[in-house]
Amino acid sequence: MENHLNPFIHISCSYPKRHQVNQCSYFWVNSKAKTGVPLCLLGFGAVRLRTDMNRLLSLLFHQGVLDEQFLQLQQLQDETSPNFVSEVVTIYFHESEKQLRNLRNLLLDREMWDYVKLIIHLNQLMGSSSSIGAKRVRNICAAFRGAVEQNNRSACMRALEVLEHEYCYLKNKLHELFQIEQQRVLGDAVRYPGVLHP
Amino acid sequence: MGVATDSQFHVLAVDDSIIDRKLIERLLKVSSFQVTTVESGCKALEFLGLHEDDEINANQPSVSPNNNQEVEVNLIITDYCMPGMTGYDLLKKLKKSSSLKDIPVVIMSSENVPSRISRCLEEGAEEFFLKPVRLSDVNKLKPHMMRTKVKEAHQQNDQEHIQERQEQNQEQNVETPEAESQQDANGNKRKSMEDGAITIQNKAQIQWWPICRFD
Repeated sequence: MENHLNPFIHISCSYPKRHQVNQCSYFWVNSKAKTGVPLCLLGFGAVRLRTDMNRLLSLLFHQGVLDEQFLQLQQLQDETSPNFVSEVVTIYFHESEKQLRNLRNLLLDREMWDYVKLIIHLNQLMGSSSSIGAKRVRNICAAFRGAVEQNNRSACMRALEVLEHEYCYLKNKLHELFQIEQQRVLGDAVRYPGVLHP
Repeated sequence: MGVATDSQFHVLAVDDSIIDRKLIERLLKVSSFQVTTVESGCKALEFLGLHEDDEINANQPSVSPNNNQEVEVNLIITDYCMPGMTGYDLLKKLKKSSSLKDIPVVIMSSENVPSRISRCLEEGAEEFFLKPVRLSDVNKLKPHMMRTKVKEAHQQNDQEHIQERQEQNQEQNVETPEAESQQDANGNKRKSMEDGAITIQNKAQIQWWPICRFD
Protein backbone atom coordinates (compact mmCIF):
# COMPACT_ATOMS: atom_id res chain seq x y z
CA MET A 1 0.00 0.00 0.00
CA GLU A 2 2.38 2.67 -1.19
CA ASN A 3 -0.15 5.48 -1.20
CA HIS A 4 -1.28 4.66 2.29
CA LEU A 5 0.45 6.27 5.21
CA ASN A 6 3.41 4.19 6.21
CA PRO A 7 2.23 2.88 9.55
CA PHE A 8 5.75 2.30 10.80
CA ILE A 9 6.72 5.90 10.50
CA HIS A 10 3.54 7.17 12.03
CA ILE A 11 3.56 4.69 14.83
CA SER A 12 7.08 5.47 15.92
CA CYS A 13 6.37 9.18 15.83
CA SER A 14 3.10 9.07 17.62
CA TYR A 15 3.95 6.94 20.61
CA PRO A 16 4.45 8.98 23.73
CA LYS A 17 8.06 8.90 24.86
CA ARG A 18 8.48 6.85 27.99
CA HIS A 19 11.62 7.30 30.00
CA GLN A 20 14.32 5.21 28.41
CA VAL A 21 15.20 1.84 29.84
CA ASN A 22 18.83 1.72 30.85
CA GLN A 23 20.24 -0.58 28.26
CA CYS A 24 23.72 -0.69 29.76
CA SER A 25 22.84 -2.64 32.85
CA TYR A 26 23.71 -6.30 32.91
CA PHE A 27 22.68 -7.12 36.43
CA TRP A 28 19.91 -9.21 37.75
CA VAL A 29 17.31 -7.26 39.61
CA ASN A 30 15.28 -8.56 42.51
CA SER A 31 13.58 -11.79 41.61
CA LYS A 32 10.23 -10.05 41.65
CA ALA A 33 10.95 -8.31 38.36
CA LYS A 34 7.54 -8.13 36.78
CA THR A 35 8.54 -9.08 33.32
CA GLY A 36 10.29 -12.19 34.58
CA VAL A 37 13.04 -11.46 32.09
CA PRO A 38 16.68 -11.01 33.07
CA LEU A 39 17.57 -7.37 33.19
CA CYS A 40 20.23 -7.71 30.52
CA LEU A 41 17.46 -8.49 28.12
CA LEU A 42 15.10 -5.88 29.47
CA GLY A 43 16.46 -3.20 27.23
CA PHE A 44 16.18 -5.45 24.23
CA GLY A 45 12.84 -6.69 25.50
CA ALA A 46 11.46 -3.20 25.32
CA VAL A 47 12.65 -2.90 21.77
CA ARG A 48 11.17 -6.27 20.90
CA LEU A 49 7.85 -5.34 22.42
CA ARG A 50 7.77 -2.13 20.48
CA THR A 51 8.53 -4.08 17.32
CA ASP A 52 5.76 -6.53 18.13
CA MET A 53 3.32 -3.70 18.63
CA ASN A 54 4.36 -2.01 15.41
CA ARG A 55 4.08 -5.26 13.56
CA LEU A 56 0.61 -5.94 14.90
CA LEU A 57 -0.59 -2.43 14.13
CA SER A 58 0.91 -2.61 10.69
CA LEU A 59 -0.88 -5.88 10.06
CA LEU A 60 -4.20 -4.45 11.22
CA PHE A 61 -3.76 -1.45 8.93
CA HIS A 62 -2.85 -3.67 6.05
CA GLN A 63 -5.90 -5.83 6.59
CA GLY A 64 -8.10 -2.74 6.70
CA VAL A 65 -9.24 -3.56 10.21
CA LEU A 66 -8.03 -0.18 11.45
CA ASP A 67 -7.60 3.10 9.63
CA GLU A 68 -5.86 6.39 10.32
CA GLN A 69 -8.53 7.52 12.76
CA PHE A 70 -6.94 5.06 15.20
CA LEU A 71 -3.67 6.94 14.78
CA GLN A 72 -5.51 10.15 15.58
CA LEU A 73 -6.61 8.57 18.86
CA GLN A 74 -3.03 7.68 19.67
CA GLN A 75 -1.91 11.21 18.94
CA LEU A 76 -4.44 12.51 21.46
CA GLN A 77 -2.83 10.41 24.18
CA ASP A 78 -0.12 12.06 26.25
CA GLU A 79 1.10 12.53 29.82
CA THR A 80 -2.05 14.40 30.79
CA SER A 81 -4.23 11.59 29.46
CA PRO A 82 -2.00 8.51 29.36
CA ASN A 83 -4.79 5.93 28.98
CA PHE A 84 -6.92 7.77 26.51
CA VAL A 85 -6.90 5.14 23.78
CA SER A 86 -7.69 2.22 26.07
CA GLU A 87 -10.43 4.24 27.78
CA VAL A 88 -12.12 5.09 24.51
CA VAL A 89 -11.77 1.57 23.17
CA THR A 90 -13.19 0.10 26.37
CA ILE A 91 -16.24 2.33 26.04
CA TYR A 92 -16.46 1.27 22.41
CA PHE A 93 -16.48 -2.42 23.34
CA HIS A 94 -19.17 -1.85 25.93
CA GLU A 95 -21.40 0.14 23.58
CA SER A 96 -20.85 -2.14 20.60
CA GLU A 97 -21.73 -5.28 22.47
CA LYS A 98 -24.93 -3.63 23.58
CA GLN A 99 -25.77 -2.74 19.96
CA LEU A 100 -24.89 -6.21 18.71
CA ARG A 101 -27.20 -7.72 21.30
CA ASN A 102 -29.95 -5.33 20.21
CA LEU A 103 -29.43 -6.26 16.59
CA ARG A 104 -29.51 -9.96 17.28
CA ASN A 105 -32.66 -9.62 19.35
CA LEU A 106 -34.36 -7.66 16.60
CA LEU A 107 -33.47 -10.31 14.01
CA LEU A 108 -34.59 -13.14 16.24
CA ASP A 109 -38.16 -12.09 15.75
CA ARG A 110 -39.38 -14.47 13.08
CA GLU A 111 -42.46 -12.50 12.17
CA MET A 112 -41.87 -8.79 11.92
CA TRP A 113 -38.58 -7.00 11.86
CA ASP A 114 -38.45 -3.49 13.21
CA TYR A 115 -36.49 -1.96 10.36
CA VAL A 116 -36.47 1.50 11.90
CA LYS A 117 -34.83 0.26 15.08
CA LEU A 118 -32.39 -1.84 13.09
CA ILE A 119 -31.25 1.20 11.18
CA ILE A 120 -30.95 3.27 14.35
CA HIS A 121 -28.74 0.68 16.05
CA LEU A 122 -26.69 0.19 12.92
CA ASN A 123 -26.13 3.91 12.56
CA GLN A 124 -24.95 4.14 16.13
CA LEU A 125 -22.57 1.23 15.73
CA MET A 126 -21.34 2.62 12.45
CA GLY A 127 -20.71 6.03 13.98
CA SER A 128 -18.77 4.75 16.96
CA SER A 129 -16.75 2.35 14.82
CA SER A 130 -15.78 5.12 12.47
CA SER A 131 -14.85 7.34 15.43
CA ILE A 132 -12.25 4.88 16.70
CA GLY A 133 -11.01 3.85 13.27
CA ALA A 134 -12.57 0.41 13.11
CA LYS A 135 -12.84 0.46 9.35
CA ARG A 136 -13.96 -3.09 8.60
CA VAL A 137 -16.65 -3.15 11.26
CA ARG A 138 -17.93 0.16 9.95
CA ASN A 139 -18.06 -1.08 6.37
CA ILE A 140 -19.95 -4.20 7.34
CA CYS A 141 -22.46 -2.04 9.18
CA ALA A 142 -22.94 -0.07 5.97
CA ALA A 143 -23.53 -3.26 3.98
CA PHE A 144 -25.89 -4.52 6.69
CA ARG A 145 -27.82 -1.26 6.47
CA GLY A 146 -28.11 -1.68 2.71
CA ALA A 147 -29.56 -5.16 3.22
CA VAL A 148 -32.09 -3.78 5.71
CA GLU A 149 -33.14 -1.05 3.31
CA GLN A 150 -33.73 -3.67 0.64
CA ASN A 151 -35.70 -5.84 3.07
CA ASN A 152 -33.38 -8.72 2.26
CA ARG A 153 -33.75 -10.98 5.30
CA SER A 154 -31.17 -13.59 4.39
CA ALA A 155 -28.60 -10.93 3.58
CA CYS A 156 -29.34 -9.33 6.96
CA MET A 157 -28.75 -12.61 8.77
CA ARG A 158 -25.49 -13.15 6.93
CA ALA A 159 -24.43 -9.57 7.60
CA LEU A 160 -25.05 -9.98 11.32
CA GLU A 161 -22.88 -13.10 11.42
CA VAL A 162 -20.06 -11.39 9.56
CA LEU A 163 -20.40 -8.35 11.80
CA GLU A 164 -20.14 -10.42 14.98
CA HIS A 165 -17.15 -12.28 13.59
CA GLU A 166 -15.37 -9.08 12.59
CA TYR A 167 -16.10 -7.46 15.90
CA CYS A 168 -14.61 -10.45 17.77
CA TYR A 169 -11.51 -10.33 15.64
CA LEU A 170 -11.11 -6.59 16.26
CA LYS A 171 -11.62 -6.98 20.00
CA ASN A 172 -9.07 -9.78 20.25
CA LYS A 173 -6.46 -7.87 18.30
CA LEU A 174 -6.95 -4.68 20.29
CA HIS A 175 -6.69 -6.66 23.52
CA GLU A 176 -3.42 -8.11 22.23
CA LEU A 177 -2.21 -4.63 21.42
CA PHE A 178 -3.03 -3.32 24.87
CA GLN A 179 -1.34 -6.32 26.47
CA ILE A 180 1.88 -5.64 24.62
CA GLU A 181 1.62 -1.98 25.56
CA GLN A 182 1.09 -2.86 29.21
CA GLN A 183 4.14 -5.13 29.20
CA ARG A 184 6.20 -2.30 27.79
CA VAL A 185 5.00 0.08 30.46
CA LEU A 186 5.68 -2.44 33.21
CA GLY A 187 9.12 -3.10 31.79
CA ASP A 188 9.87 0.61 31.86
CA ALA A 189 8.58 0.94 35.39
CA VAL A 190 10.83 -1.70 36.93
CA ARG A 191 13.26 -0.02 39.30
CA TYR A 192 16.93 -0.96 39.22
CA PRO A 193 18.47 -0.56 42.67
CA GLY A 194 22.16 0.18 42.54
CA VAL A 195 22.08 1.25 38.94
CA LEU A 196 22.51 4.92 38.25
CA HIS A 197 19.98 6.57 36.08
CA PRO A 198 21.51 8.23 33.04
CA MET B 1 -15.65 24.11 35.93
CA GLY B 2 -14.70 27.66 36.74
CA VAL B 3 -15.34 31.02 35.20
CA ALA B 4 -13.93 31.35 31.70
CA THR B 5 -10.93 33.65 31.74
CA ASP B 6 -10.10 36.00 28.94
CA SER B 7 -7.43 33.73 27.59
CA GLN B 8 -9.49 30.55 27.55
CA PHE B 9 -12.49 29.91 25.37
CA HIS B 10 -15.33 27.78 26.60
CA VAL B 11 -16.94 25.34 24.19
CA LEU B 12 -20.20 23.51 24.70
CA ALA B 13 -20.24 20.14 22.89
CA VAL B 14 -23.51 18.36 22.22
CA ASP B 15 -23.59 14.71 21.09
CA ASP B 16 -25.71 11.72 21.95
CA SER B 17 -22.84 9.26 21.39
CA ILE B 18 -20.67 8.82 24.46
CA ILE B 19 -17.64 7.92 22.36
CA ASP B 20 -17.96 11.02 20.23
CA ARG B 21 -18.38 13.12 23.35
CA LYS B 22 -15.19 11.70 24.79
CA LEU B 23 -13.40 12.29 21.52
CA ILE B 24 -14.52 15.86 20.99
CA GLU B 25 -13.78 16.64 24.61
CA ARG B 26 -10.22 15.42 24.21
CA LEU B 27 -9.75 17.23 20.90
CA LEU B 28 -10.94 20.47 22.45
CA LYS B 29 -8.87 20.07 25.62
CA VAL B 30 -5.74 19.36 23.60
CA SER B 31 -6.43 22.64 21.79
CA SER B 32 -6.57 24.42 25.17
CA PHE B 33 -10.27 25.07 25.25
CA GLN B 34 -12.45 24.70 28.28
CA VAL B 35 -15.10 22.06 27.53
CA THR B 36 -18.56 21.13 28.72
CA THR B 37 -20.25 18.14 27.10
CA VAL B 38 -23.96 17.40 27.14
CA GLU B 39 -25.87 14.54 25.56
CA SER B 40 -28.84 16.32 23.99
CA GLY B 41 -30.15 19.58 22.60
CA CYS B 42 -32.48 19.96 25.56
CA LYS B 43 -29.64 19.62 28.03
CA ALA B 44 -27.66 22.15 26.01
CA LEU B 45 -30.46 24.72 26.18
CA GLU B 46 -30.84 24.03 29.88
CA PHE B 47 -27.16 24.66 30.38
CA LEU B 48 -27.39 27.91 28.46
CA GLY B 49 -30.27 29.03 30.63
CA LEU B 50 -32.93 28.80 27.98
CA HIS B 51 -35.89 26.53 28.51
CA GLU B 52 -37.37 24.75 25.52
CA ASP B 53 -40.91 25.97 25.92
CA ASP B 54 -40.09 29.61 26.61
CA GLU B 55 -41.50 31.96 24.07
CA ILE B 56 -38.52 33.76 22.71
CA ASN B 57 -39.53 37.38 22.45
CA ALA B 58 -36.89 39.98 21.84
CA ASN B 59 -38.82 42.78 23.54
CA GLN B 60 -39.65 40.92 26.70
CA PRO B 61 -37.05 39.83 29.16
CA SER B 62 -36.79 36.04 29.33
CA VAL B 63 -39.06 34.41 31.88
CA SER B 64 -36.34 32.36 33.52
CA PRO B 65 -33.35 34.43 34.53
CA ASN B 66 -30.22 33.58 32.66
CA ASN B 67 -28.39 32.11 35.60
CA ASN B 68 -25.40 31.17 33.51
CA GLN B 69 -24.13 34.68 33.05
CA GLU B 70 -20.84 33.81 34.71
CA VAL B 71 -20.28 30.71 32.62
CA GLU B 72 -19.74 32.20 29.24
CA VAL B 73 -19.98 29.92 26.24
CA ASN B 74 -17.92 31.05 23.28
CA LEU B 75 -18.89 28.33 20.81
CA ILE B 76 -21.36 25.49 20.51
CA ILE B 77 -20.47 22.37 18.55
CA THR B 78 -23.25 19.90 18.00
CA ASP B 79 -23.93 16.60 16.29
CA TYR B 80 -26.60 16.70 13.61
CA CYS B 81 -28.31 13.32 14.11
CA MET B 82 -29.64 13.16 17.61
CA PRO B 83 -32.86 11.63 18.91
CA GLY B 84 -35.51 14.20 19.81
CA MET B 85 -34.00 17.58 19.02
CA THR B 86 -31.58 17.35 16.11
CA GLY B 87 -28.56 19.61 15.78
CA TYR B 88 -30.46 21.58 13.18
CA ASP B 89 -33.40 22.15 15.56
CA LEU B 90 -30.98 23.27 18.22
CA LEU B 91 -29.34 25.65 15.77
CA LYS B 92 -32.69 27.21 14.88
CA LYS B 93 -33.61 27.66 18.52
CA LEU B 94 -30.30 29.30 19.28
CA LYS B 95 -30.58 31.73 16.39
CA LYS B 96 -34.08 32.73 17.49
CA SER B 97 -32.91 33.55 20.99
CA SER B 98 -31.88 37.14 21.52
CA SER B 99 -29.29 36.27 24.12
CA LEU B 100 -27.77 33.29 22.36
CA LYS B 101 -27.93 34.09 18.67
CA ASP B 102 -24.44 35.55 18.57
CA ILE B 103 -22.72 32.42 19.86
CA PRO B 104 -21.08 30.71 16.87
CA VAL B 105 -22.46 27.24 16.17
CA VAL B 106 -20.70 24.38 14.40
CA ILE B 107 -22.48 21.24 13.18
CA MET B 108 -20.92 17.76 12.93
CA SER B 109 -22.28 14.84 10.97
CA SER B 110 -21.15 11.42 9.86
CA GLU B 111 -23.21 11.69 6.65
CA ASN B 112 -22.05 13.79 3.77
CA VAL B 113 -25.37 15.17 2.53
CA PRO B 114 -24.92 18.42 0.58
CA SER B 115 -28.50 19.61 1.14
CA ARG B 116 -28.06 19.10 4.86
CA ILE B 117 -24.82 21.04 4.86
CA SER B 118 -26.22 23.99 2.93
CA ARG B 119 -29.34 24.07 5.08
CA CYS B 120 -27.26 24.34 8.23
CA LEU B 121 -25.01 27.00 6.82
CA GLU B 122 -28.01 29.00 5.65
CA GLU B 123 -29.53 28.81 9.09
CA GLY B 124 -26.40 30.40 10.50
CA ALA B 125 -23.94 27.64 11.34
CA GLU B 126 -20.35 28.77 11.00
CA GLU B 127 -18.91 25.44 9.91
CA PHE B 128 -19.96 21.93 9.10
CA PHE B 129 -17.55 19.14 10.06
CA LEU B 130 -17.70 15.60 8.76
CA LYS B 131 -17.10 12.94 11.37
CA PRO B 132 -14.78 11.67 12.58
CA VAL B 133 -13.66 15.13 13.60
CA ARG B 134 -9.92 15.77 13.39
CA LEU B 135 -7.56 18.11 15.16
CA SER B 136 -7.27 20.08 11.93
CA ASP B 137 -11.01 20.77 12.13
CA VAL B 138 -10.81 21.93 15.73
CA ASN B 139 -8.04 24.35 14.74
CA LYS B 140 -10.58 26.18 12.59
CA LEU B 141 -12.71 27.10 15.60
CA LYS B 142 -10.64 29.77 17.24
CA PRO B 143 -11.14 32.48 14.55
CA HIS B 144 -14.92 32.23 14.99
CA MET B 145 -14.64 32.68 18.70
CA MET B 146 -12.17 35.53 18.40
CA ARG B 147 -14.36 37.31 15.88
CA THR B 148 -17.32 37.22 18.23
CA LYS B 149 -15.22 38.44 21.12
CA VAL B 150 -13.89 41.36 19.07
CA LYS B 151 -17.42 42.25 18.00
CA GLU B 152 -18.55 42.17 21.60
CA ALA B 153 -15.63 44.32 22.66
CA HIS B 154 -16.51 46.90 20.00
CA GLN B 155 -20.15 46.90 21.02
CA GLN B 156 -19.17 47.36 24.62
CA ASN B 157 -16.87 50.22 23.61
CA ASP B 158 -19.69 51.90 21.71
CA GLN B 159 -22.00 51.50 24.67
CA GLU B 160 -19.46 53.15 26.91
CA HIS B 161 -18.95 56.01 24.49
CA ILE B 162 -22.66 56.61 24.25
CA GLN B 163 -22.99 56.64 28.01
CA GLU B 164 -20.12 59.10 28.34
CA ARG B 165 -21.66 61.47 25.83
CA GLN B 166 -25.01 61.15 27.51
CA GLU B 167 -23.50 62.30 30.78
CA GLN B 168 -21.60 65.11 29.10
CA ASN B 169 -24.64 66.39 27.26
CA GLN B 170 -26.73 66.38 30.39
CA GLU B 171 -24.17 68.62 31.99
CA GLN B 172 -24.10 70.94 28.98
CA ASN B 173 -27.87 70.99 28.96
CA VAL B 174 -28.04 70.12 25.28
CA GLU B 175 -31.07 68.26 24.06
CA THR B 176 -30.15 64.65 23.77
CA PRO B 177 -31.64 63.01 20.72
CA GLU B 178 -33.91 60.07 21.34
CA ALA B 179 -32.95 56.65 20.12
CA GLU B 180 -35.42 56.79 17.24
CA SER B 181 -34.27 60.14 16.04
CA GLN B 182 -30.65 59.16 16.22
CA GLN B 183 -30.93 57.97 12.66
CA ASP B 184 -32.13 61.44 11.71
CA ALA B 185 -29.27 62.91 13.70
CA ASN B 186 -26.86 60.70 11.84
CA GLY B 187 -28.48 61.76 8.61
CA ASN B 188 -28.09 65.38 9.57
CA LYS B 189 -24.57 64.75 10.61
CA ARG B 190 -23.72 63.24 7.29
CA LYS B 191 -25.42 66.00 5.46
CA SER B 192 -23.74 68.71 7.42
CA MET B 193 -20.42 67.06 7.02
CA GLU B 194 -20.91 66.84 3.33
CA ASP B 195 -21.77 70.49 3.33
CA GLY B 196 -18.57 70.99 5.25
CA ALA B 197 -20.32 73.08 7.86
CA ILE B 198 -19.69 71.96 11.37
CA THR B 199 -21.81 74.12 13.58
CA ILE B 200 -21.88 73.95 17.35
CA GLN B 201 -25.19 72.15 17.23
CA ASN B 202 -24.21 69.31 14.98
CA LYS B 203 -20.82 69.03 16.61
CA ALA B 204 -22.59 67.80 19.73
CA GLN B 205 -24.46 65.40 17.52
CA ILE B 206 -21.31 64.29 15.82
CA GLN B 207 -19.87 63.27 19.11
CA TRP B 208 -22.59 60.63 19.26
CA TRP B 209 -21.09 58.89 16.27
CA PRO B 210 -18.89 56.31 17.89
CA ILE B 211 -16.51 55.48 15.09
CA CYS B 212 -15.43 58.83 13.70
CA ARG B 213 -14.62 61.81 15.82
CA PHE B 214 -14.14 65.25 14.45
CA ASP B 215 -12.76 67.00 17.49
